[in-house]
Amino acid sequence: MSELLLPPEHRYAKRIKEQQNEDGSELSILNLGPTHPATHGIFQNILLMDGERILEAEPTIGYIHRAFEKIAENRPFYQVTPLTDRMNYCSSPINNMGWWMTLEKLLDIEVPKRAQYLRVIVMELARIADHIICNSILGVDTGAYTGFLYVFQFREKIYEIYEEICGARLTTNMGRIGGFERDWSPEAFKKLDIFLAEFPAAWQEFENLFVRNRIFIDRTVNVGAISAEKAMAYGFTGPNLRGSGVDYDVRVAQPYSSYEDFDFIVPVGKSGDTYDRFCVRNAEVWESLSIIRQALDKMPEGNDFHADVPDYYLPPKEDVYTSMESLIYHFKIVMGEVPVPVAEIYHPVEGGNGELGFYLVTDGSRTAYRLHFRRPCFIYYQAYPEMIKGALLSDAIVILSSLNVIAGELDA
Amino acid sequence: MALETIQIQEKLNQIFGENVSNYNQEKDIFSFEVTADTITSVILFLKNDPELRFHFLTDLCGVHYPDNEVNRQFVVVYHLHNWYENKRIKIKAFISGENPQINTISNIFLSSNWMERETFDFYGIDFIGHPQLKRILNMDEMISFPMRKEFPMEDSGRTDKDDRFFGRTTDNY
Repeated sequence: MSELLLPPEHRYAKRIKEQQNEDGSELSILNLGPTHPATHGIFQNILLMDGERILEAEPTIGYIHRAFEKIAENRPFYQVTPLTDRMNYCSSPINNMGWWMTLEKLLDIEVPKRAQYLRVIVMELARIADHIICNSILGVDTGAYTGFLYVFQFREKIYEIYEEICGARLTTNMGRIGGFERDWSPEAFKKLDIFLAEFPAAWQEFENLFVRNRIFIDRTVNVGAISAEKAMAYGFTGPNLRGSGVDYDVRVAQPYSSYEDFDFIVPVGKSGDTYDRFCVRNAEVWESLSIIRQALDKMPEGNDFHADVPDYYLPPKEDVYTSMESLIYHFKIVMGEVPVPVAEIYHPVEGGNGELGFYLVTDGSRTAYRLHFRRPCFIYYQAYPEMIKGALLSDAIVILSSLNVIAGELDA
Repeated sequence: MALETIQIQEKLNQIFGENVSNYNQEKDIFSFEVTADTITSVILFLKNDPELRFHFLTDLCGVHYPDNEVNRQFVVVYHLHNWYENKRIKIKAFISGENPQINTISNIFLSSNWMERETFDFYGIDFIGHPQLKRILNMDEMISFPMRKEFPMEDSGRTDKDDRFFGRTTDNY
């Protein structure tokens, strides 16, 4: 059977031929993926198995590689945002805002406080949505379907808030250089209030279902543990690193969009196993909720939602039809004829999975000369073969879930 | 005391002399150039020096400058981060366009393994000593390196799309 799946010169095929077990059993090869319902994404792992134990794994990625970096070199800056959506599509507003902030750093644009707070709110909502998906699906993979159903409707509620803000739900393409494309509607704030009122009870219930659950603990404690040193060597960031006990968070280390105004703790785990990663994400959701509440409380008066940068910010449509100036600006921005300085920028934000970085090189033309996305998933997924070495097949699925590997971000 | 960029510069200057050059502060990141032959020793030094402690490799990627002189046509960019002092630096190593090679740092930072593979995949930069230098995102059968500037983004034979009219070409011609 294994000869059908792998060329005979593959090292696993050789090893199967060479290894003679005393009881007459032999090693086998299992293809986990590319399209396997339990991997939640398109990536293949060739597993060398001894019975139910994984001896070695060889990941193959790139099944949904869409050449974003190449496209970004051939498109004006505005047309890059929809590409960032499609990286970590579970928390696209964070990617969008990260990209705008990169450009604002390039162009030295100061965003009004209110717009920064609105950005914080939407980024934290995105983080909550991301963690809801990761944790509830981890539950599903360990056999607990109910928790998933409890919290998933709130992801829908978050998407409804996105819809009020920008009109889209999953791939949001939200915001502009300098702020948002329009002010948030009263309906958006109303939906946000309803979410803040209803979600904590559901999340508490979800936590109660899992945190002291015997079956869940048996399935996750000491499964896929990774030490802090190893995690840092493998380039872990975000909740997965914090699960190992390192309190590195870009929001604290290099505050952007006024994160320094808010009071929050960075939850850390200890052993870096699946259970700790789960708990860190759980705790982060509470912190995110608290940040959103603080942002709403401290929200400056007025209705500033974008910086005054006519060179880069699309004018309102009414003006485009009635005033010459606006029409010129509209045309220039849409055609990508606005000047940008020659510079090299690196801007990191704390994405759902860790440090999402944008390395942008410009040469003064209308497109990026080079844009590289530092995608947290891509970097930490290389630790996966080591993490599942010696584990059971069913553990491998749980570990993959707890790492929250998003295929879109992995392959870019 | 916070780690000052001048300290980094002095230390590197003392040990590596002319191999490290072009120090400058670009926005919020301190950056400099390193000759390709010394890249591993510089990075190892930055990682292990008790004062500098750049223990985390944030990012590694390539950039192609086809218009440069032949020895400087490719650059490998390393972003290192010191979490103790919260200091970032950017290191650039220019390499030749004809036979782009540079030593691997995958024995210093495990995380660079796939990042170097990605750079190889897209630019054809050979990382000498890499344990498994093969394509990662593109398919194995591919023979070109798609992020090089001469590689067209779309099939040039297409006549139904003219990007010039939609503000999509880099220069408008």
